[in-house]
Amino acid sequence: MDIAWYIVLSALLFCTGAAGILIRRSPMVILLCLELMLNAANLALVAFSRMVGNQQGQVFALVVMVIAACEVVVGLGLIVAIFRRRLPLDVDDLRELRG
Amino acid sequence: MSVTAWCWLVLLFPLLGSILVALGFRALPARTAGAIGTLAIGLSFACGVAALLNLLGEGTEARHHASSLWEYASVAGLQIKLGIFADPLSVFMVLVVTGVSTLIHLYSFGYMRSDQGYHRFFSYLNFFVFSMLLLVLAGNFVLLIVGWAFVGFASYALISFWYRRTTATRAGMKAFVINVVGDIGLVLAAFLIFRELGSFEYGTVFAQAPHVFHANQWSVTAICLLLLLGAFAKSAQLPLHTWLPDAMEGPTPVSSLIHAATMVTAGVYLIARTHALFVLAPTAADIAAFLGLATLLVAATIALVMTDLKRAIAYSTMSQIGYMVVGVSIGAYGAGLFHLMTHAFFKALLFMAAGSIIAAMANEQNIDRMSGFGKAMRFTSITMLCGALALAAFPLTSGFFSKDEILAYAGARGGMYIVFTVLGYFGAFLTAIYTFRLIFRVLPGKPCPEAQELIDTGHLHHAHPFNPATGEEEDADVGFPGAEHHIAERSASMRVAMAVLAFLALFAGFVQVPGVDNAIANFLDPVFADSPLAAIHTSTSWSWIGLAIGGAISLAGIGVAYWLYVASPEAPGALERRFGALHTFLSNKWYFDEAIDLLVVRPVLAIGRFANRVFERFVVDGLVTGTEEAVRGAGGVVRALQNGLVRSYALILIAGFAGLALYFLTAQS
Amino acid sequence: MEVTIFFIAAIGALAGAVGVVASRNPFYSVLALIAHLFSLAVLFLLLTAAFVAAAQVVVYAGAVMVLYVFVVAYVGGGGESAWDSIPGQRFLGMLLASVVFVELSAAILSSALRALDTHGPDVSSGFGNPAAIGRLLLEKFLLPFEATSILLLLAAVGAVVLAARKRDQLPSGGDGSGDPATSLPSEDGGLATRERDAGAPSERFAREERPPAGASGTTPIRRGASEEGAPVARSVSRPATSSGGI
Repeated sequence: MDIAWYIVLSALLFCTGAAGILIRRSPMVILLCLELMLNAANLALVAFSRMVGNQQGQVFALVVMVIAACEVVVGLGLIVAIFRRRLPLDVDDLRELRG
Repeated sequence: MSVTAWCWLVLLFPLLGSILVALGFRALPARTAGAIGTLAIGLSFACGVAALLNLLGEGTEARHHASSLWEYASVAGLQIKLGIFADPLSVFMVLVVTGVSTLIHLYSFGYMRSDQGYHRFFSYLNFFVFSMLLLVLAGNFVLLIVGWAFVGFASYALISFWYRRTTATRAGMKAFVINVVGDIGLVLAAFLIFRELGSFEYGTVFAQAPHVFHANQWSVTAICLLLLLGAFAKSAQLPLHTWLPDAMEGPTPVSSLIHAATMVTAGVYLIARTHALFVLAPTAADIAAFLGLATLLVAATIALVMTDLKRAIAYSTMSQIGYMVVGVSIGAYGAGLFHLMTHAFFKALLFMAAGSIIAAMANEQNIDRMSGFGKAMRFTSITMLCGALALAAFPLTSGFFSKDEILAYAGARGGMYIVFTVLGYFGAFLTAIYTFRLIFRVLPGKPCPEAQELIDTGHLHHAHPFNPATGEEEDADVGFPGAEHHIAERSASMRVAMAVLAFLALFAGFVQVPGVDNAIANFLDPVFADSPLAAIHTSTSWSWIGLAIGGAISLAGIGVAYWLYVASPEAPGALERRFGALHTFLSNKWYFDEAIDLLVVRPVLAIGRFANRVFERFVVDGLVTGTEEAVRGAGGVVRALQNGLVRSYALILIAGFAGLALYFLTAQS
Repeated sequence: MEVTIFFIAAIGALAGAVGVVASRNPFYSVLALIAHLFSLAVLFLLLTAAFVAAAQVVVYAGAVMVLYVFVVAYVGGGGESAWDSIPGQRFLGMLLASVVFVELSAAILSSALRALDTHGPDVSSGFGNPAAIGRLLLEKFLLPFEATSILLLLAAVGAVVLAARKRDQLPSGGDGSGDPATSLPSEDGGLATRERDAGAPSERFAREERPPAGASGTTPIRRGASEEGAPVARSVSRPATSSGGI
């Protein structure tokens, strides 16, 4: 397959994730959609790495995976902390930081 | 010490006196404050005499010195120094100012004794003398303007001295506003001078002027007209004269010092000082002379019907200054300034005597109520008579020699200037009439109740303190004159001052008798040597003929006054009935106040109202409020974006990204 | 052959993505994401990135997703209300996402990058091998490698700190189960009151802990409560959402 297919697929997955973030209200699902976007980026990286013939893109993708893992860990920790304090798990209700 | 060093001392003492009295007003007892004030001016006079002696010791050509303490500004071709200019003219003015001021301070020492604002009075008075001296000693136009403005302020402060009296404060404001109009003229003239001649210093300006301007060029005419604006405002000449009668709201020493002897002569001094420019602009000089003549006559006619004693003397001042203005405008410099000197003596004396009489009348100033003070107050009457004789130019008094010399010069200059001589003599006739009208109404005759009280009991008449102009009741606290007054008979300092002035009023004329000595004119000659007009001299015989005519006119005027007010007392009433309209016209001071109100005050107020109602409300407020609302609206919009909702932030982020990507996709590379 | 695999994997990835976004139940979303990750791994294999594919399956789908599963189990998660709290958000969200997709595709397809239309250069057989990746990690990208390890450590510590149980916090959300009324008043003031007195929640929990302390002996009921912990927690959090909702 032409590399372009992979890139377009990556774009599609990215936009799906973006739509999910904009639409959903539960922080859990929003984090999942974030994962979607990160993975779409990964796909693009690996595809480009294949296009160039270089493995640096793959290393980059690995590092992105690590970062995603860290971010997931912290995000879930936040969700647990929110849940523990009996706050509603709804992004629209958690709006203390307002101007 | 050098002349200029003495002149700096002359400036220093009144300033020190003013500051000392002002700062120590709680600590110093009243008498000490008065003594300090008087002593300061006395020392200043002594330094002036020393400067004079020094000056006389030099050759006539070398009698001009400039000295500066430091430079204010030296930038872009502009050099302004704190500098004085000592020459015969300025030393003459210094002597007149300090001499008369010392006597008036001495008078005030007794007259203002019971006033609650005694310290303030002496501080202001000293400050006024300092400003006047600064004005006459200034060596450049900038310092002149500084002194001019200070004098205006001092005048305002002293007219409104009894600040709780509304008529006084209003009069002070009127004087100040009209003076500011004059200030504008003076400042604009200074600007023009700098523009044409490149300097503010007297020496440079007057030396360069003949080379830069040719006769009657528009620039020098404009300069002179603007200078006239300033001079006429300060000297209360037509049409800027309406403030002077109102300025009589101030205490009598103020009227006598500022509005008779010194401040109102500042305009005359200005014209004399800038004679080099006026010589180059004969049109402006002629305008000045004609306006002076007009003032002379108008004021004399008004003084004929004035019933307020001080205001009548004020109009007399206006008229006499008209003479001085005519004198220095047509080229009779020495004569005009000589008249300035003698007028200072007899006018100050007249005001002092008037003050004494008004004090005896418990603040009543209407001469209709006064009579018979000749018996009640001998000293005051005698001195008042001396002053009146000098004012009316009775033969051999000082006024006789000074006034008629101006008229003789006008005759000698010939041509159109004969008008000045003729009308000047007519004015002298009127002067004699109105002066002795005052004398014959107030002094002889059956004593009025207040005078009778003085004769019988020896007590001064006491009334509740009141405003003589409106009759409103006042109290005796600070800001009002209070209930107690002092007359010359009871106060030694007042008597000394009045006696000295009476002597001078009678005999000071002998320094300038035509053909015998010419002390003043000779002394002042070097200053005016560069003016072609100074070369015109009247022959001694013509001078004596002029003097004789003047003397005859004066006696005739006195005779008319005698007939009207002593011999046939019903005659004034009959005249008044017969010439009713004229009498009303004169009583309303030729309706000048009303004219100014109509032409100037009302339009300005209307503009102010327009500015407030329309411009301020719609344009300025609209702009400001509009801007405010626009900003607030914009802020509101931005604030709405910060709603704390993460999803909306994310939406905006994606939207921005979409927009950016669109831009980059569609932009031409 | 490759084409077929590509399309199957692509459809799987898309289905998983749509499932993540569209599922009401967060648990189903997690499962959908796991499916998505597997499809992605297949795509990686197609792109001769063997090690990355393996790491994807082992690390991502294996560890990270398990973490998700645990948290979803703990937190539970009800459906969200159907109505849109921000007017126009859903419509605009979908619209903008599709707009972005169109733009990205336009950018890609009209790109002047010729290489996009190829399969890529011929590569050696060891392309994407663990050995090759390992060599890169330890030689050329040693610093990023070490930095990421430190980052992982930081994240782990941070998460532990964040989620640490405070002294008087309840172990689960369902202990006030017998008395939702007592837990409700603390939520009536909304978030503001809670945030204002940070010490008060501990007080409130302390107050609520005492009644259940009397029932501490009944552990079977406890375990039963933990089974119902999810629904009970749901019942507690639902009033929370409804009272905190606008």
